[in-house]
Amino acid sequence: MTPILELRNLSRHFGGVNALDGVTLSVGENEVVGLIGPNGAGKTTLVNVVTGVHAPSGGEVHFCGERIDGLRSDRIARRGIARTFQIVQPFPRLTVLDNVAAGILFSRRASSLSRARDLAAEYLAFTGLYEACNQVAATLTLAGRKRLELAKSLATDPKLLFLDEVNAGLNTAEIDAALELIGRIAARGITIVLIEHVMKVVRRACRRVIVLHQGKVLADGPTGSVLADRRVVDAYLGARAVPPAQVGAIA
Amino acid sequence: MSGRPAVVQDAAIALIAVTAVAAVAVLGDNYVVRLATTLFLYASLALSWNLIGGYAGYPSFATAAFFGLGAYANGVLQAAGLPFAVAWIGVAGIAAVCGALLGFCILHLRGHYFAIASLVVGDVLREIVNSWTSLTGGGMGMNLPLIAFSADMQARFFMGGFFGLALAAFLVARLIDRRPLGFTLRCIEQNDTAAAMLGADTRFAKSAAFTIACIFAGAAGAIYASWVSYIDPTDVFDVLYSVKPIIMALLGGIGTVTGPVIGAVVFLGLEELFWRNFLETHEGVLGLLVVLLVLFLPDGIHRLLTIGRHRTWRAAAS
Repeated sequence: MTPILELRNLSRHFGGVNALDGVTLSVGENEVVGLIGPNGAGKTTLVNVVTGVHAPSGGEVHFCGERIDGLRSDRIARRGIARTFQIVQPFPRLTVLDNVAAGILFSRRASSLSRARDLAAEYLAFTGLYEACNQVAATLTLAGRKRLELAKSLATDPKLLFLDEVNAGLNTAEIDAALELIGRIAARGITIVLIEHVMKVVRRACRRVIVLHQGKVLADGPTGSVLADRRVVDAYLGARAVPPAQVGAIA
Repeated sequence: MSGRPAVVQDAAIALIAVTAVAAVAVLGDNYVVRLATTLFLYASLALSWNLIGGYAGYPSFATAAFFGLGAYANGVLQAAGLPFAVAWIGVAGIAAVCGALLGFCILHLRGHYFAIASLVVGDVLREIVNSWTSLTGGGMGMNLPLIAFSADMQARFFMGGFFGLALAAFLVARLIDRRPLGFTLRCIEQNDTAAAMLGADTRFAKSAAFTIACIFAGAAGAIYASWVSYIDPTDVFDVLYSVKPIIMALLGGIGTVTGPVIGAVVFLGLEELFWRNFLETHEGVLGLLVVLLVLFLPDGIHRLLTIGRHRTWRAAAS
């Protein structure tokens, strides 16, 4: 599989904190990869560095064979990387339609707002927001705003999409709907990196999972075996008092 | 919004405005002419501030800096022997370059940080003007050549000059409002990060808005300097030139095309009213009124005028 995204020895420090500490990984085209790890593991920092919100302290980011680290976030976005935010980021006083039209206009897929609005309809229908298109974004429910994040990101026609906890705070029925939506996004040929705490979602959506812990890649492999890995369980739940020798034996 | 082409609407607005100004020039006495001149000066500054402060949501206090810069640049260029018309155009160019450079330096700051950075610029420029006596006359101020008309003609000439500037600012604002740039600025105002993350070149959009705002503030300063024909640092770098446009834009409705114009009219009316009736305390009374208006009418008067339209639009949407 050709990698669409490659991180080479990527680091990001905040003062004395190594939020990312020599992360090397690659994501193949059309993959749906889970990115998990306990709070503070560096998942969101990883997305922020790849999308240009933060410059890396060291290492390289390659996207579609080109080096993109250090580029401004709008340039990176126009090359085809989109993301949703853990804390939703709508344009609160614009309508749902105009929020999505913004994605089309800013990614330069349309040169006028009216044309962008025409094109936006497709993404509203795709994410099930068509009925709400004239509603002001701030009035949507949380599930609706999460869908709007998706619609906006998809409207930029990305090759790679980071979904940062799109399911957090949703109920079971809403999660099922979100899962179905993720499946349909993947079916469009978009590579997805799914940052997720809900293991049910990870198991159902991803064949491969990468685990970050304290800024480092702790495990990377098929979902089933990674989630069963003792080190991963320990990272999430806290290591038991096991002598180091024994941990080595398990690993 | 009507279906008529924008060009026809623009031409109609311009025609009505020109006719009204011509009527004032012919029929009005010098008090009315002076009032109209001040109105157009205020409207130019409010429209200018609204581009960066209203649309983009960057609360600039640099209006006075560019007003003063324009005034002094005009003085220096005319002292070097340039005719006033050439000097004014030169000032617009200087303001554009300085605005773009300053924007590059401070537009990455947000909120209060940006406000304070922009506020300091005026003080720095005033100190430079104060100290650079050989060029600016320092605290002694600077005389500008009078334009050789009669006093009455001169008053009407400058009313026309400010009117032209206000009209240009209005038409530019209208153009931006309808273009992707206006939409981009609105998105930046509501969520800078999200706009960049969708691929918007936010730095370019903010710089463009700020530079255009600086051009109008600088040009207003240049025309003002020629109008009053004597400038000194405390007058043209007065922080009130930064504050008043903000109040006007807030009064009328920020982030709208007509809001700053409405705000300028109302503000000037109030200023005149309180100046006459509360000679001792007029600034206090005016300040109080502004506080009340901003507290109880945060979206401005523009909102009151369009509320009927908004209701129908909401009904249609639901």
